[in-house]
Amino acid sequence: MHRGKGMKFVGDSRIPAERKPNIPKDYSEYPGKTEAFWPNFLLKEWMVGAVFLVGYLCLTVAHPSPLERVADPTDAGYIPLPDWYFLFLYQLLKYTYASGPYNVIGAFIIPGLAFGALLLAPFIDRGPERRPIKRPFATGFMLLALASVVFLTWESVVNHDWEAAKAQGQIVEGPEIDQNSEGFQIYQENGCINCHGETLTGGAAAPSLVGTGLSPDEIKTIAVEGVGTMPPGQFKGTDEELGKLAEFISTLEAE
Amino acid sequence: MLNKIYDWVDERLDITPLWRDIADHEVPEHVNPGHHFSAFVYCFGGLTFFVTVIQILSGMFLTMYYVPDIKNAWESVYYLQNEVAFGMIVRGMHHWGASLVIVMIFLHTLRVFFQGAYKKPRELNWMVGVLIFFVMLGLGFTGYLLPWDMKALFATKVGIEIAAATPFIGEQLKTLLAGHPDIIGAQTLTRFFAIHVFFLPAALLGLMAAHFIMIRRQGISGPL
Repeated sequence: MHRGKGMKFVGDSRIPAERKPNIPKDYSEYPGKTEAFWPNFLLKEWMVGAVFLVGYLCLTVAHPSPLERVADPTDAGYIPLPDWYFLFLYQLLKYTYASGPYNVIGAFIIPGLAFGALLLAPFIDRGPERRPIKRPFATGFMLLALASVVFLTWESVVNHDWEAAKAQGQIVEGPEIDQNSEGFQIYQENGCINCHGETLTGGAAAPSLVGTGLSPDEIKTIAVEGVGTMPPGQFKGTDEELGKLAEFISTLEAE
Repeated sequence: MLNKIYDWVDERLDITPLWRDIADHEVPEHVNPGHHFSAFVYCFGGLTFFVTVIQILSGMFLTMYYVPDIKNAWESVYYLQNEVAFGMIVRGMHHWGASLVIVMIFLHTLRVFFQGAYKKPRELNWMVGVLIFFVMLGLGFTGYLLPWDMKALFATKVGIEIAAATPFIGEQLKTLLAGHPDIIGAQTLTRFFAIHVFFLPAALLGLMAAHFIMIRRQGISGPL
């Protein structure tokens, strides 16, 4: 390459006027069957990528991504579950000496040591040997860590109530409510709406009234005498109105 | 025609050295599955990159509809999932890609670990790779909250409690992530959105650039 004095540039720029040849390297002198990345190997990579993409798309169309009902911070009974690749950490926190007063062990010290060792692996395993069999400590600890992660994930999966988890997250669509119906009017006038909500699906203070499976007589009793945290004497109307209200609530079914 | 355009640009910007630098690098026999099928273990890094590209593209399309506030986040995801043309596919690819990228990066890490490919002189590249792994886990964690459904909210509560267990700076870390010392709410969602869409991808792109430049400088580790 021409350097220094006598160098020619394109215009007043710093681009050299002398063109460099645009020819690929010659790999014939390289050891073994070395290939050029462009275009030989890239074509193979694309074929692998295409096969992978087909599998990926099959997964996508076969299993639509999940969406649970909208977040409700007041629902204290919800059993949380992180995405599957955090399950091992989540499971670790369930053991006696890794939770409660020992939380710092499960949440910080054990994961910190494991991930710290992973990050600093080149400085811990310093010998020149590369074969797994020749570095028993590195291989052994990694296999142990792998086994732990698999075990913890497994334990987390078998101890999780998947049926209950599915039910607790389901999107519940309220029934179509005729707000002009007599039953709804009574529901509104007696103040039931304040706790059980406009759509009758409940709220922070009261459960949903949709699909309760209760008979009209049972509903009458609850409306008058209360149940759980619901105090008695909530219903203040006539017996006839009580009958209509009970009838209205007992017919509500989720769609 | 294309050659003429190339020459025109090359005369002005001297792009040939740059292009030859990208195109010319050897692929040794022992990493080529075309010669030894067992070399498929070398594919995992490339596939991680491939899924990452799909994640970036699908994520860009998702932000066309997604609204990061607690009133509309769930509604916008519901709309995206059920009403938008191909919304289900784009969201599905982003959802499954998040899992696939973890699987691929994990397999890639194991390949490099068991082959001892992180040894001198490749210590720095290993550390950058592990940092990429952490960033990926961070992306998975922050992305999980964004649909603002039940599992998102409650998994995030658990995650933030784990972060709060960090000695000395736990409470500060919790406030930094959640935006409030006690509440996981509107502020948390916007923070997680910002972290998921701007902070972590920026870190990821920088780390990936460093990872690839180091591979090119050092070449792929030799056969065992």
